[in-house]
Formats: sequence, structure tokens, C-alpha cells
Amino acid sequence: MTTTGFEHVELRRGAYADSVALLQVSKDVAAVDGVTAAQVAMATDLNRDVIAQMGFTLPESTPNDMIVAVRLDDEGTLPAALEAVDAALARASRRSDDGASSEIEPPRTTLSAFDRTDAGLALVSVPGASAAVEAADALDAGRDVMIFSDNVPVEHEIALKQLATERGLLVMGPDCGTAVIDGIGLGFANAVRPGPVGIVAASGTGCQQLLCLLDHAGVGVSAALGVGGRDLSEAVSALSTREAMRRLDEDASTELIVVVSKPPAAKVAEELREYAATLTTPVQFALLGSGQPDLTTTAEAVLETLGRPVPEWPHQGETAQVEGGRLRGLFVGGTLCDEAMLIAADAVGDVYSNIPLEPRLELGADRRADGTVMIDFGDDGMTAGRAHPMIDPTLRLEDLARTARDGDASVVLMDVVLGHGAEDDPAGSLAPAISSAVETAKAGGRELAVVVACVGTQDDPQQTDRQAEALAAAGAEVFLSNAQATRRALSLIGAAR
Amino acid sequence: MTSTHRPSDGVVTSGVGLFADALDAQAVGVNRVDWRPPMEGTEDDLVTVATDPLRLDANRRAVDAMTSTQAMVVDVAPASQLLGLERGQFLHAGPPLKWENASGPMRGALQGAAALEGLVDDPEDAVALFESGDSVSLEPCHHHSAVGPMAGVVSPSMWMWVLEDQTDGRRTYCTLNEGLGKVLRYGAYSPEVLQRLRWMSDVLGPLLGQAVRATGPIDATGILTQMLQMGDEAHNRNRAGTLMLLRDIAPALAQSGADAKDIAEVFSFVGGNDHFFLNIAMPACKLALDAARGIEGSTMVVAMARNGTEFGIQTAGTGDQWFTGPAQVAEGLYLGDYGPDDANPDIGDSAITETAGIGGFAMATAPAIVRFVGGSVPDALATSRRMREITIGENPRWSIPVLDFMGTPTGIDVSRVCRTGILPQINTGMAGRVAGVGQVGAGLVTPPANIFPAALSALAERTRARR
Repeated sequence: MTTTGFEHVELRRGAYADSVALLQVSKDVAAVDGVTAAQVAMATDLNRDVIAQMGFTLPESTPNDMIVAVRLDDEGTLPAALEAVDAALARASRRSDDGASSEIEPPRTTLSAFDRTDAGLALVSVPGASAAVEAADALDAGRDVMIFSDNVPVEHEIALKQLATERGLLVMGPDCGTAVIDGIGLGFANAVRPGPVGIVAASGTGCQQLLCLLDHAGVGVSAALGVGGRDLSEAVSALSTREAMRRLDEDASTELIVVVSKPPAAKVAEELREYAATLTTPVQFALLGSGQPDLTTTAEAVLETLGRPVPEWPHQGETAQVEGGRLRGLFVGGTLCDEAMLIAADAVGDVYSNIPLEPRLELGADRRADGTVMIDFGDDGMTAGRAHPMIDPTLRLEDLARTARDGDASVVLMDVVLGHGAEDDPAGSLAPAISSAVETAKAGGRELAVVVACVGTQDDPQQTDRQAEALAAAGAEVFLSNAQATRRALSLIGAAR
Repeated sequence: MTSTHRPSDGVVTSGVGLFADALDAQAVGVNRVDWRPPMEGTEDDLVTVATDPLRLDANRRAVDAMTSTQAMVVDVAPASQLLGLERGQFLHAGPPLKWENASGPMRGALQGAAALEGLVDDPEDAVALFESGDSVSLEPCHHHSAVGPMAGVVSPSMWMWVLEDQTDGRRTYCTLNEGLGKVLRYGAYSPEVLQRLRWMSDVLGPLLGQAVRATGPIDATGILTQMLQMGDEAHNRNRAGTLMLLRDIAPALAQSGADAKDIAEVFSFVGGNDHFFLNIAMPACKLALDAARGIEGSTMVVAMARNGTEFGIQTAGTGDQWFTGPAQVAEGLYLGDYGPDDANPDIGDSAITETAGIGGFAMATAPAIVRFVGGSVPDALATSRRMREITIGENPRWSIPVLDFMGTPTGIDVSRVCRTGILPQINTGMAGRVAGVGQVGAGLVTPPANIFPAALSALAERTRARR
């Protein structure tokens, strides 16, 4: 403790600030250049002792006096030091004017958000490793949850769904892309009218195709509940599917329940059929797979069950006429890609893909093969570190341009999926790309035909008619039905059955 | 669709902003979670614990057990009588500690206590005694239903408050508060320190004991309810609580028949020590938290305590296991010309107040305290709200008027600490690093972050073993 330099001690009678404020004042003054020690304090016995220990000599005082004690390098610093004392005391008595910091910070967990509001549902799209934790928060709050996140370990999914089952709650997902509840679209979902059909879907774009076909036929939905692609596996044993079916069965407005899924494990399928038999609402299973009806046939069957007429499914535009050549499918929807492959396989045999029907048909890194190719740009392997192609079309547009340049295929089949969450105006970038591809092929002395399945409704933010017109104007033939689009593409290469 | 809760009432979104935007565009109320990745390496354990079927109910029971405890002050008596402490037995704050690892203030307090008990004449001679370990033992207060502020040293002749849950007879204990400045709990052991302690054993303790017994059980939990409405957060500010206690026992003191000079000394000692009630607030908090111990599946913290070297926590679902890491140095303001180099790492059982949802957690109710770190009133409000992010519930009895009577954030959840990275905020005094110095400042401190993933891992281990 140094006692050299210049010392100044003064008493300020009647001055007062609380001890905490004065600690800050002392700290501020001590930080001034040329001040080696400073203590501003009320003259209690304890404070007098502290200041005396610092080497200051104190005058007589009462506990109601304020002591200002500073030690300086030299006397010349005194005015600056005292000015600092006054400024610090003024600061200490002033209210904070930082209004912004009094704003309430946002919730950091899903449960905290539910503590603050009466929200009815949670939508989770955090990284897969953490998704179950946020979802469990919703279950703790007694709410259903939709999990968009993929890469969620199956053990997490099972534990979460078991918890939800105990509490009578619904877990939609993980990897659930689409749901419609109370007319609200969650994730990627189309704007559809209310109606008698309740959908339970293990497939996002499969669900969207069904929604859009029914909407075109004038039939709405009571709800579309996603369950995640693994729900009907033996491991997960359809826990969410059953809960979703139960909900729809209890819903008075639901006249028909449609379950959309890849064919489930035999044991699960049997249990589900047994369960369906216990419900009062009829259940129609729409299983997507080899030898099964496609989505459009399913939609038609639903309309027949409801006694509603089956309309002509819309299509517009004309493509270039081609003779032979190869078909290349460029998809953003996994189920739509699957459906196209199943239909094409019946006509042409082998279909090469990044999500092949058989492992031997797996595409290499260059995504080319001597034959029919179908690529799902929304597959996990192609979205690592990128947004989903329904949001970021870059990779697919590049593939289209390359296909036109190389003459790799004479027919390109594509899907365009509209609705909430998807790109604002997919035709805005795709239509010019199609025109340009057709031109490029022509310049190379070839013809390129483009067939598009445009899955959307008129009430979607992007308006399906506007999108379809723009694509048709660019030279594509545009269908609402993915199955019809696929068959048209196959006929163009002369392979339709 | 058939459900009590519907998305039309609003949707809570976490993750990709796009989906929240899409809901906004559909005119659905959206509550966006400010989600960030959890503490490193905790993902699997977090999921295991989150999907533990016992957890939800276990945590509810833990919080209920804690918030429904009524702590009554029933007696004041010597530690030898209450805890059966014998000559040479010493209790200390925090998790278990050996002399060779003890910090300056802890050593100072133990040396002072050894002199107080007559084991040595000069506190300096106690160093050899503790080094040899012969005929002395050290144990945490927490292992004897007790808590102690700062060094928290308890020796047989010290008088202690007795708090009781009268529904089941459980008790907790704490010594009497010595005041500020040079005091044993901050590691000071000069003759004046020992002289004061002797007066406390000879005069203060017996008179308080007589007064408490004559007054009848005093509702400590009730006083805490009131003081939180009067600007005290019950850790670094106990002014209103101290005066309410004095009000309650004053008639019995006046009628005690003791020497008027002694009574007057008791009045001025208690009235002149704004922290006197801290030593009742702490065992009241421990009594409540102990009610939540041993609940399988609960992730609630039931003790946070520091011994000057390590910071330790215990949880409701992991028995008596301590999870420890190095104690941090508080950030704050220093007395005199002391600075950060003079401060000892965090010490004391007083973080039991934060564990119970007051102290730093009730910062909003005591805005004066926020200036310890040069903060502002909005900071204080934000702190209490932020602590709600890591707690299971709110205390219906202890409320914060300025936050529209929000209950104090109650039941620190190990999971939520790991998920948010928000560490419990503790208001604390700072002891000098060197034995014998005493208090050098006050400020704010947090636990070392790594002890929460460690506790989480043990909880997850138990969950897996049950499956």
C-alpha cells in the first residue's frame, strides 16, 4: 500500500448515497488518471477503519457525513479527481435511461415459450440431435408437436412417442414435412378448404399430392396429420398413426380416414387394420409401393367412397415431340420421385436413382446412367449444408441446364411443389430455365421435352394456375397429377404401357 | 380436429425461421424460441433425461415439496448439543474439503475456530494442528443438516438457529451472523473476532434461545415472503428481514429478566447488522430444499455450495453425490484499495438462497444490489426473468411485485441449464485470499459450467439403468 503522493480528504455533511452506489463511485474515481487510490463512503465506523487502513488521516465525523478520500500522484490532479467524484455521484443517483434493455428476452426453450402463452402446438425444426428435447417440452406442456427435423435417431423417436402415448398426445414426425390442422398449414403445406377427409400421412409430398387432387375435386380435409416416415416401421410400431387415427375418429367432421404410407411391416399392418376395425369412421389405406395404386388412383378411390364425381385432372401446355431417347426425372418431393419410379419401372424396367427401388440401381456421384434416371433433390444426401430444394432450386436448375447441354435425355420430368413454406415463385426461376434448356437442345440439333407435375392449389400463396401457366408458356406440359405427368413422359420416349 | 389445444391458439416454433414466417403469413400467432445449441456433448444425455417417464412427475413433486415447506425458528442452542459436535470436530461450507486444499479464508476461519475451542492458544498454531490431522476432523455443514455463510465454519461451542418443519419434525441449523468487516466467516481471526464470538456464545445465543422459546415458533418462511416485498433478496440484502425478526422477539427479550445492559447489546448488535437474518434465510431454504431430496428421476438442484476451492451441486435425483468444479472469483466492487488479485474464489453455503429461488434469482425485487456489478435496474429485472428460463416453476408464496408479482424462479433444472447455457446467478460477498484479511468486496458469481453436464450425465446414467 503506497502512501506517497498527495492526499486529499474532505467531509461532505448531509450528502448521502447508499453503500453499493458509493462502491461504484469509488471504483470510477480510482480509475481516473493520476489517482492512485480513492474511497468515497459514508463515515460509518467500519468505513472509517477501512479508509484509515488505506493510510488516510480522518477528521472527526458522524455516520451521516460522506467522506471523500483520494490519493494522487500530485496536487495538480486534484480538480480532475474531484470533478470525477461529482460526476460519479451524479451518475449513481441517475436512473438508467437504457429503456431497450428492459425489453423481455425471448424464450430459450419450447417449454419456456409455453409458460408464457397459451399456444396450442409446437413446431420443431432444430438439428436432429436436439429435436426430441424440444418436442418433449411440448409434451410436458400437454401439447401436440410436429417435428420437421430429420436425422433424429430412431431411439429418440420411440422414447418420445411412448411418452406421448402415455399422455394421449400426438407426435407428428420426426422428418414430418406436412400437416394441416384447423385449416392451418404447418411446414410445407397447401392451402385447402375444410371438408370430410382426414389424412394420416407418413409421407409429406404424398400427402400434398392427395390434398391438391382432392381440393381440385372440390373435397376438403378435416385435418392432415403427418406421422414421420418411420412411424409404420416395426420399431416404432405406428404409435403416432394410431393416435392420429383416434383423433380423427373422434372428430365429428371427419367422414373418412385415409392413411398414406409406404407398405408397413406385416405385423404393423395387421395391427393397424385390427385397430381401424374398432373405429366408427371408415379407414382407407393408401399404401405406396410396387403393385399398389398410385396417389392419383387413391384420390379417385376416396372420391368414389364419398360418392363424389371424379373430375378430369387438369393439364396444360404442349411439349416438343421427341422420338425415343432417355427420361430424366428431377424431383424435389421424395414420395413423388418414388411414385414416378414405380410407374416407370413397370414400363422401362430399371430406373437409376439416388433413392433407388433396389440397391443395384444406385447412382454414382455424377448422377448419370445409361437409362432412365430419377433424382430426389430433397434427399438427406443432397441437402447437407443446403436448404431444401423447395426453398433453394439451384442444384436442380443446374442439372436441367447440363442435361440440355449434354443431350443426356430427351425428356425431363419435374415436380413443382407449392404451398406454405415453399419458394415464393418457383416458376419465376424454373420457367426461364425451361425455355433456355429447350433452346439449348435445339441449338445442339436436338429436341427436349419437359413435363411438369405442379402440385398446388389455387389458394396457395403461389397460386397454382399462375405457376402452371408460366411453366406451360415456357414450353412445358403441366399436370396436377404426378402419375399422369409420369405416364406422359414415358409415352414421349415411347415407353408407355 | 379433436384436441383441447389447437394451433389456432398459436404455435411455438424452434429452429428454421421460414416455418414461423409461413405461420405469420397465415395470421397464426407465433411464439419463436431463441434456440441455441446446448452445452457441448450433452445432446444424448438431454434426450435420455427428457424422455425419462419419471421426470415430469418427479420434478413436480420436488418443486411442490420445496414450496410447501414452512420453516419455523424454534430454538437457539450450541452446536455441541444440537449436532453432537465434539471437541476437534469442525464443519465447513461447500462440498467435502481437505485442509491441504483449503483456501486462505477457510484456513483462517478454521484456525480462529480452533482457538475459540481452546485447541490452541494462538490461531497461528492451529496450522500445524490441521496439517497433522490429529484429533481434528473436517466435514461439510450440508452433511449435518446445516449451512454456513462464507467459510461456514461451525465448532462445538457456537450457538445455532434451529429451523423445523413442524409437519414432519425435520430440522436444519445455522450459526449466528457476526456482522460485517473482520469476521470469522471471511477468514479473519484477530482477538476482536474471537472476543465477539465469545460474547455471542455467552450472551447473544442464550438470550436469543430464551426469547425464541418464549415467543414460540417464528415463521421464517413468512418473514421471507414479506421481506421480498420490502427490497430484500435475502442473500446480500436482509435489512427488512432482520428488523422483522427483531420485532417478533423484542417483547420476549425485554421480559427475559436478563441484565438490561446485555439486552441492549443484543438489540444494538442485531439491529446494527443488516445481514443478521441471512443465517435464518439460509437454513429456511435448506429445510425446503431437503424436502425435495431423494426423488428418483428429478433433475432439480437441491444444493449449490462452495468451499473456497470448489463449487459443488447436488440434485434431487442423484442422492448425496456432489458434482464439483473449480470455484470462480466474483465480479464486483472492492472495499478500500483491494482488487481482483486480493479476492478468494467463491465461498459459502449461502448459494442455498439462489437454489431456493431467492438471492440472485430475486434480483428484480432488490434493485439496489445490481450496482454491485455496475448494472442497472433493467438488468435486475432481466436477471430474474432469465433465471426463470432455467427453473422448473415459480414459488407461489414468494413473489416479485415489480414483475407483476411473478413468483420467484424456483427449482433449478440441470437439463435447462445445459440446454440454454444460462448459469445460475449468485449474489455474494468476497473474502480476502489471505487468511486473516476478512471481506474485500461483494459481487456476482456463477458456478463453473462443467458441473451441470456432469450432473446431467449421472442423471442420464440412472435413467438408462432403469430402462
